Amino acid sequence: MFDWLQHFADWLIYSVFGIGAESHLGVALNFFVYDTLKILILLFVIVFIMGIVNTYFPVERLKDYLNRKKLYGLEYFFSSVFGAITPFCSCSSVPLFIGFVQGGIPLGVTFSFLITSPLVNEVAVAMFIGMFGLKATLIYIVSGILLGTIGGWLLGKFNLEPLLSDWVKQILHNKMQQAEFLEEKRTFYQRLPEITNGAWDIVKGVLVYVIIGIAIGAAMHGYVPENFFNAYLGGGEWWTVPLAVLVAVPMYANAAGIVPVIQVFVAKGVPLGTAIAFMMATVGLSIPEATLLKKVMSLKLIAIFFGVVTLCIMLSGFVFNILL
Amino acid sequence: MSKVIKILGTGCPKCKSMTSVVKDVVSENSIDATIEKVEDIMEIMKFNVMTTPALVIDDVITIKGRVPSKAEVLALLN
Repeated sequence: MFDWLQHFADWLIYSVFGIGAESHLGVALNFFVYDTLKILILLFVIVFIMGIVNTYFPVERLKDYLNRKKLYGLEYFFSSVFGAITPFCSCSSVPLFIGFVQGGIPLGVTFSFLITSPLVNEVAVAMFIGMFGLKATLIYIVSGILLGTIGGWLLGKFNLEPLLSDWVKQILHNKMQQAEFLEEKRTFYQRLPEITNGAWDIVKGVLVYVIIGIAIGAAMHGYVPENFFNAYLGGGEWWTVPLAVLVAVPMYANAAGIVPVIQVFVAKGVPLGTAIAFMMATVGLSIPEATLLKKVMSLKLIAIFFGVVTLCIMLSGFVFNILL
Repeated sequence: MSKVIKILGTGCPKCKSMTSVVKDVVSENSIDATIEKVEDIMEIMKFNVMTTPALVIDDVITIKGRVPSKAEVLALLN
């Protein structure tokens, strides 16, 4: 699919710049140009498609749907799927949380959404396709959605309502009249410019992370010895997964920057499952997110939320390492 | 009559670009309106929106969750 891009990179580096195909620099630059362009194209396409999906399935529609239907447990799954297709913006997570709670949606179902939303997002998916291929991406998406489903269901089993902030509890008690869900009536053609602009904005926003990530990745490719991590992380010791996850939870990295680095880890001997668990913990949970959530829930609830999700990520890391 | 424009958003990049679009439209067309940024989450929730940024004109939510074009804002203000 990207052969033409490889030809372009070959032509640019070897013919236009005249850097030899045998030199280390030539190979590294070629790799860098090819990877960066490929990722940017993928990123734009994926974000664009998600933009279309999203304009027809806004989150209000999910709320409305969950409210009206009896789903016999499937609501966790739906909520998680919606979390995956909704573009993630950390600043929206609090309004979404309140909106769900206000709409009478159970806390556990809300958590399903909250878990999957940062975990499976359009940027992470595009980066994954570019760096690991379609199969690994599908595994990532499916496991992210399952993780949200199970995590939310587990959290729903606890009695967590008393642990919300006081003002959120008040909202719960005097539920306001439900705003009608208004269907947008604009045609596809009218929506197109804003979808395109939105896609450009996201690509522009992560551009610098993509470049830094790929540059670090390219440099590591050259300098980290083959099988370097085998000695530490690749041996398959049981504790490598929890360690990778625990290191990653407080870290906050953009998916765009972290995936190229993880790809090098995998190339140098870290099992894919451990790498995916690391990635999930990095993008799914972070200190900044905890700070935002502090506005709507007590520290204890944040701790329970993070604890359950961390355990789920560790478990999925083990499962991947067995399956893959 | 002077219009009251409120921009609801907790300060994310999208909210900032919405603010600048609205400010531009108002000043370029010399529309009589006051622009107010609502950044407090508790205030925002009173409007019952789930996705920010949201544009509220005279207490009516007109746009939510996306950054509108200048033409769109102008049409809403007229």
